[in-house]
Amino acid sequence: MTNGLLHPTRRGLLMAGGAGLLTAALPGYVAAQAAPVKIGFQLHRTGIGAAYGRWYERTAQAALKAINDAGGIAGRPVEILFEDDATDPKRGSEVVDKLTQSDGCDLVMGTLFSHVVMGSAPRAGELKVPYLVCSEGYHVASGALNRWTLQPGITDVRAQISTMAPWVAANLGKKVTMVFPDYAFGHDHRDFFTAAIQAQGGEVVAQIAVPPTETSFTRYFPQIPAETEVLYHVMVGPAVLTFVKELGEFYGTGAKPALFGFIDSLEAVDTATPGLEFLEGSHFWEAHPRVKAADAGEHEGHYRAAVGVDDNGASVSDAADVSTYSHMFSTWETLYFIKQAMEASGYTGPADRQKLVEAMEAITDLPYGIERPQGAKRFNGKTHQVFGAQHISQVQGGKLVKVHTTTIDEGMYEDAVDYTTMYF
Amino acid sequence: MAFGPFLLLALMEGLVTAAVLALAAAGLSLVFGVMRVVNVAHGEFYMLGAVLAWAVTTMIPGPPALAFLAAVIIAPLLVAALAAAADGLILKRLNYDPEATIVATIGLLYILQQAALSLYGPNANPVTAPFEWRIQLPWFGYSGYKLFVVFAAGMVLLALWLFMNRTKAGLVMRATQVDRTTAQAFGINVDRVYMGTFALGAGLAALAGVLVVPIQQAQYLMGHDPLLLSFIVVIIGGLGSLRGTLIAALVIGLSDGVISMFFTPTLAKILATLLVAMVLVFRPQGLFGAKA
Repeated sequence: MTNGLLHPTRRGLLMAGGAGLLTAALPGYVAAQAAPVKIGFQLHRTGIGAAYGRWYERTAQAALKAINDAGGIAGRPVEILFEDDATDPKRGSEVVDKLTQSDGCDLVMGTLFSHVVMGSAPRAGELKVPYLVCSEGYHVASGALNRWTLQPGITDVRAQISTMAPWVAANLGKKVTMVFPDYAFGHDHRDFFTAAIQAQGGEVVAQIAVPPTETSFTRYFPQIPAETEVLYHVMVGPAVLTFVKELGEFYGTGAKPALFGFIDSLEAVDTATPGLEFLEGSHFWEAHPRVKAADAGEHEGHYRAAVGVDDNGASVSDAADVSTYSHMFSTWETLYFIKQAMEASGYTGPADRQKLVEAMEAITDLPYGIERPQGAKRFNGKTHQVFGAQHISQVQGGKLVKVHTTTIDEGMYEDAVDYTTMYF
Repeated sequence: MAFGPFLLLALMEGLVTAAVLALAAAGLSLVFGVMRVVNVAHGEFYMLGAVLAWAVTTMIPGPPALAFLAAVIIAPLLVAALAAAADGLILKRLNYDPEATIVATIGLLYILQQAALSLYGPNANPVTAPFEWRIQLPWFGYSGYKLFVVFAAGMVLLALWLFMNRTKAGLVMRATQVDRTTAQAFGINVDRVYMGTFALGAGLAALAGVLVVPIQQAQYLMGHDPLLLSFIVVIIGGLGSLRGTLIAALVIGLSDGVISMFFTPTLAKILATLLVAMVLVFRPQGLFGAKA
C-alpha cells in the first residue's frame, strides 16, 4: 500500500500540521523585528561606466555586511536595492523614480558619472528623496543641483585639482597641455586646472577635448604643442586602455613631456599591461592609493579584506580584475554617512526625509576610522560637499608608489552656494 | 608638430579607418546587392567577431600570434554560421520582403547585443596583438599592427574580388543579384545563394571586428559606429557595388583621418553625413551603383 494525499500517515499529518503552524507564526516573528532601512543604489552595471559599477557594487555590499554585522542602522537591518542605469542620464532619472516610488527606498545613492548625476538629480529633487552621489563632479558644490543632492563620500574635482596644481608646477613644469573628456566632468578639469596652474605662474598651452564615447585617440595627440612641459591627462570609459596605449605608441622612444594623469585614465587597468611601459616614472593623482602604501592607516588592511582586494588593488580571486580603487571607497563612506545621519536624526521612515537631510547638513568633522578608509574628511553642510586629503603616486617598476599627500585644507575653496537657505 | 608629419599621421590613421570600414561595408553592400536586404544588425556581427576573438584568444594558450591566428579563422566562421541560421530562421520566412527584413534585423540587432551583454558582460576586454612592433619615425611612433590591419584588409578585399569575379560561386551570386527569377529558372538554388551571401557578409563584418580588437577592445556596444559608417560608405559607393564601396571607404576613412586631425572629429562626421545627403539628392543610386 502506498502513502499519498489520500492515505496520509500519522507522521505525515503531524509534519504538515507543524509546517502550517510555523508558516502562520512567521509573519508575527518578522514584524517583531524592525523593518529594514531600504537604500536604493543607482548602479552603472552596464554601459560605459560598467567597470566602476562592478566595484561600486562590491564595495557597497562589503560595507552593508559590516554595518549589518554591527547591528544595522539604529538597530534596524539595512537592505540595498541595486538598479542598473546603463550609465545613461535618461535611464538614470527613471531609476531614481523606480527606486523611490515602486521600491519604497528611504533614499538613493551611488551615482558616479556626472552626466547621469545631472540627469537624475532634478528628479530626486521633485520626489523629495535624499540623493547621495559618489561622483567627484563639482556639480554639487557649484550650486547647480538641489537641496536633496549631497556628495558626502568623495572630494570633488575642483578641490582635487587645486591641491595638484602647486605640486605639478613645482615638480614637473609650468607649460601644461590638457587632454580631457568633453563633458561635465572633463570641463571641471579644464576650468579649474587652467585657473589653478595660472595661480602658480604656469599656463595651459592647449586644451584637447575628447568625446567620451571615442574609441581611437591617436588623431588627437598631434595637437599637443611641442613646447609642452607637462601633459595632463584624464580619460574615462571603456576605452581608457586604448587611450594610454596609443599615447605610448605616439611618443614611442622619442622625447616626451612629463606625464601627469588622473588615475581615472587607468582605473580598472593593470599598470603592468604590455604597452604601458612608457608610463614608468610618470605621476598620477590618486584619491586612495591602489597599491597599499607603506604608511597606510590601521584600517586599510581590514577594508581591503572586506571588499576582496589584494595589496596591489586587484581582486583577491582574479589578479587581472583591477579595482577602481580611487573611487569605490566613496560608496563605503557614503553608507556610513547615512548611518550616522539616520541615527542622529532619529529617522523612522520616508516622512522623516527632510529631517534626515538637515541632520546630514549638520555634520562637519568625519575622523579617520573604519567608516572612512580613505582618510579623515570635512563635510560642508552649506555646499553639500565633503573634503579629504589627496595623493600623488609615481609608476615605479610598473607599480604605483605613493610619493606625496596633500592636506584637507589645501583643497578648500570659497562656498559657491548655500543649499541650507533653499526650500525643500 | 610640423605640417608634413602631421599630415602623414592623419593619412595613416585614415587608412586604418578606411581598411576596417571597407571590410565591414563590403559585407553590408554584398547582402544588399544580392539579397536586397538592408541588414541593420550588421554592426552586431562586427561586435560578435571582436567578442569571439576575445573568447578564442583567452581559451587558447600559447603565444599571442598563434591564439590570434586561431581567432581570425574561428570567429568569422562562427559568426557566419550564426548568420546562416538567422537567414534560414528569420529572413527566409519573411520571403526577403524589404520592409519586413528591416524590422526583423532591428530585432536581431537587439537580440545579439543583449545576448552579448548577458553572456559576455558589460566590460571592455583587450586582446593582445599578435605582435608588438612599433615603428619609430623621427616625429612620432606608430603601431606596426595598425599597418598590418591595412595590409590584411587589402588582401581580404582582393580575395573577395577574385571570388566574386573568378569563381563559379561568385558568378552564381552575381547572376542572382542581376535577376533572381531568371537565375532560379536556370536552376540556381536561390535559397542557398541567399544563405551563403548573408553568411559571407556577416563573416566579413566579423573579420573586421577581429582585426580591430587588438587596437580597440571588445565591448558589447561597439557595433554602433561601424554600422553607421558602413551605411554611409555603402550609400555613397552605391549599394551592391564592391568597387564603389572600396572607393567610398577610402574617401570617408581618409577624410575622417585628415579632418578630425586638422579640425575636429565632429566636423568629419558632419561632412560625411552631408556627403550622404548630397549623394542621395543628386545621385540616389550612389557613385558607382547601377540605376535601379
